Amino acid sequence: MNGSDVAVQRGMRPASDQPKSASKPWRLSADFLFHKATVFAAFLAAATLFAIVIAITYDSWPAIRTFGIWRFLKSSEWDPVTQTFGAFPFIVGTLVSSAIAMLLAVPLSFGIAVFIAEIAPAWIKRPVAAAIELLAAIPSIVYGLWGLLVFAPVFAKIEPWISDHLGAIPGIGSLFQGPPMGIGMLTAGIVLAIMVLPYISSIMRDVFLVVPSSLRESAYAMGATTWEVAWQVILPYTRSAVIGGIFLGLGRALGETMAVTFVIGNSNVLSSSLLMPGATIPSVLANEFTEATTKLYLSSLIYLGLILIVVTLAVQFLAVLLIRRLGRREGTPA
Amino acid sequence: MSVYSVHAKRRVIDVASKILMGAATLVGVFFLFWILWTTLKFGLAGMHWSLFTQDTPPPGTDAFGLRNAFVGSLILLGLSMLMGVPIGLMAGTWLAEYGFRSRTANLVRFINDIMLSAPSIEIGLFAYAIVVAPMGHFSAFAGSVALAILMIPIIVRTTDEMLSLVGSDMREAAVALGAPAWVVITKVTWKAARAGILTGILIGLARITGETAPLLFTALNNQFFSTNLFRPMANIPMVIFEFALSPYANWQQMAWAAAFIAVAFVLVLSLVARSFLGKVQVPK
Amino acid sequence: MKSLKKMGMALALTVACALAIPAVRAQSSLTGAGSTWVYPLVAKWSATYQKLTGTEVNYQSIGSGGGIAQIKAGTVAFGASDMPLKPEDLRAAGLIQFPTAVAGAAMSYNLSGIASGKLILTGPVIADIYLGKIKKWNDPAIEKLNPGLKLPDMNITVVHRSDGSGTTFTFTNYLSKISPEWKEKVGSNTSVAWPVGVGGKGSEGVASYVQRIPGSIGYVEYAYILETHGSYARMINSAGKVVSPTLQGFQDASAHVDWANAQDFYVILTNQPGADTWPISGCTWQILRKNAPQATNMQVMKFFDWGFEHGQEMAKSIAFGPLPPSTVAAIKSYWKRELGYSI
Repeated sequence: MNGSDVAVQRGMRPASDQPKSASKPWRLSADFLFHKATVFAAFLAAATLFAIVIAITYDSWPAIRTFGIWRFLKSSEWDPVTQTFGAFPFIVGTLVSSAIAMLLAVPLSFGIAVFIAEIAPAWIKRPVAAAIELLAAIPSIVYGLWGLLVFAPVFAKIEPWISDHLGAIPGIGSLFQGPPMGIGMLTAGIVLAIMVLPYISSIMRDVFLVVPSSLRESAYAMGATTWEVAWQVILPYTRSAVIGGIFLGLGRALGETMAVTFVIGNSNVLSSSLLMPGATIPSVLANEFTEATTKLYLSSLIYLGLILIVVTLAVQFLAVLLIRRLGRREGTPA
Repeated sequence: MSVYSVHAKRRVIDVASKILMGAATLVGVFFLFWILWTTLKFGLAGMHWSLFTQDTPPPGTDAFGLRNAFVGSLILLGLSMLMGVPIGLMAGTWLAEYGFRSRTANLVRFINDIMLSAPSIEIGLFAYAIVVAPMGHFSAFAGSVALAILMIPIIVRTTDEMLSLVGSDMREAAVALGAPAWVVITKVTWKAARAGILTGILIGLARITGETAPLLFTALNNQFFSTNLFRPMANIPMVIFEFALSPYANWQQMAWAAAFIAVAFVLVLSLVARSFLGKVQVPK
Repeated sequence: MKSLKKMGMALALTVACALAIPAVRAQSSLTGAGSTWVYPLVAKWSATYQKLTGTEVNYQSIGSGGGIAQIKAGTVAFGASDMPLKPEDLRAAGLIQFPTAVAGAAMSYNLSGIASGKLILTGPVIADIYLGKIKKWNDPAIEKLNPGLKLPDMNITVVHRSDGSGTTFTFTNYLSKISPEWKEKVGSNTSVAWPVGVGGKGSEGVASYVQRIPGSIGYVEYAYILETHGSYARMINSAGKVVSPTLQGFQDASAHVDWANAQDFYVILTNQPGADTWPISGCTWQILRKNAPQATNMQVMKFFDWGFEHGQEMAKSIAFGPLPPSTVAAIKSYWKRELGYSI
């Protein structure tokens, strides 16, 4: 439906062949103002994204000028004493904690989505779906509180087992060695996984339910098991939206601040072990922003924010693109 | 390989996968209950009547008070709604009533969907850059700006979807009666979709209730009671942040009590929104 | 629609009231920010001050680095820093600073078998722990200092500050004085590149981590150890004696510096001579902007003057040592000299 035809039909605009003077002036001016108000609001809503990127780029310019791009990305030195700053430990921390979160959350989300869509009897479906969605409603600071005060002490009892058994595996063993503090990169990854779980699983569940029943039922009719239908029929059909949902979860994990700040241990030094403390871009921003004593320090922190927003926007751009592709195929907004 | 062993293998995989997927669901539900249970347990233990009548105490005392934080959060939420709801409502209206499926409108929807998941700390940085730095000090106003930016994409999306669902017969009847376009939209279409629009506002409110990161560099915190919009203002998330990381027993208890109240508030909002909405799709 | 209208009106009314009240309250509130070291003292003073005068001094303990940044940016009325700014930096930024009270930082530890005050450490050993060279509690270097104690075969979890902190400055200043390796590798500032360890936010965060993690050690301002009943370690000072962190020990350090003649009160209290001096002593300086509105600066000066006159008993109760009367007089004439006006 062409936008302008509908507008004419609804009396919002006179048809192009009618002289403008034929319309009553008072009606046109009120309509005109309202229309312009809505246009302005829509413009504001969309322009905010660009304004954010521009403002952050502008404020990181002193740091960009001083450190350049490659040097900043590769440098591990974050030293306010000598005023040299490098992003590498925080980029690694952000990527590693998010990677752990995705490794844990994606299979779990897939299992939950298939369970709700295919396996669960009707009386379990709704409460379980509601329960999983409730995970998304919990504020992230409560996750941080719970993570530090409840989960970390329990995890500290599990960590010796991890470092004894997984730490002994040759090769990747060094990833799992360290004192049982309860906090650290692995803890942050686990808490992040629980946080992004509801987002990924609800997108998966929504798109699984959209798969035409004719497709599923014909597979069942041929004797396919539930697993085979899920893995070989539903998943390929919804593949792009599923990947989009995963990207959406990734975008959330990359940008999560409060939960990570509580449990990651705040060490700006790169460590080879997941049981050791680390830092992510959001956590270092939360910790050091209000205390940056020099313009270069502040600008370097904002430079970190610029890197983060470029990465998360790219991830979310892909996510929205992929999710919409399936929606458009089916005619429903995803 | 005989037919029977292939069949058996498929059966085994099917049963094993069902068990694993049930286990995955159990894991998710387990963590939910663990978090809610501890919040309830420690939150109730920290509840005192004085939380609502006294302000946050200095360290080293045994007092309990969160009054300034509750009032501050209410003011921040109210101001964010005042800024965010009109913009969100009007933008959603443009999408549904003027833009329809045009290229521009779809571009706006796309950008809006990206903004839905924008990291809240980046929005806090933005609010710092455009409000705090020029103004020269932290303020509740800056915090509300950040929260409003977080709220707008949700309201835009729900308003857009809910208005699109309103049937054209009501609109055409109004037009036939001679109503101007803006009257049709505000008095007929908005009214028809009001449950859905209200739901979007409630969901937006639920989203920004627990947000801490945007307030880190904008509203900061205030140990005293203040309603001054142009100064730092106490608020629940920042108080939780400060008190939880402290070694004082009464502060930690208050952090839990505040967390419990925040979670309860968000859950009630979500339940009310859900009851309004019924079966209609809700954006995350 | 009616309920929506009612909601909208109620909302508008709330916001209108909120906007009206500031006009009444704006005169009697101050915002300060900075050092977590001095937070227990300022919080105690401001609670009583508010009851007596109605003026609210809202202090946010975001770390000395934050205090310096915020006062430079003009977003607060006073910034508190445990690292004194050098006179040339003060000139360049148009700021003045004056001391508040002296106190000390101590090493807090979490070892279940060892009661508070039983563990003895020296500066060089602490430096090696924080450099990551001493990794376990039963290291020979620690055992040598504590012959009577049974030290466990446990990893030492080092806790430091994750935010910009004057306590960090005082601690690293001391370490730089007694360990050339520390001075060369890490240096001294409000925020340094820590070779090892976990970062806690604020002294509260460090004290909290030490409370939670068995086998951990952290440096915190002594008042936090008092408040949380934590365990502190005794130290061997520059005179070779084993000392505990006490008010007397901090004040002894203060007695060895020349407050009145130091330009802009720039003195360092670490590793001072004296038999009973505590090695990691320090002070907090309040920083003001010269070109802030006179009314604001006057309010800040009134508050701290009240603290100097009437807040000493409160200070001593949490192990903050008052400044000598000559120093307080010097501060008052400094105000007059630098700002052109005084209370």
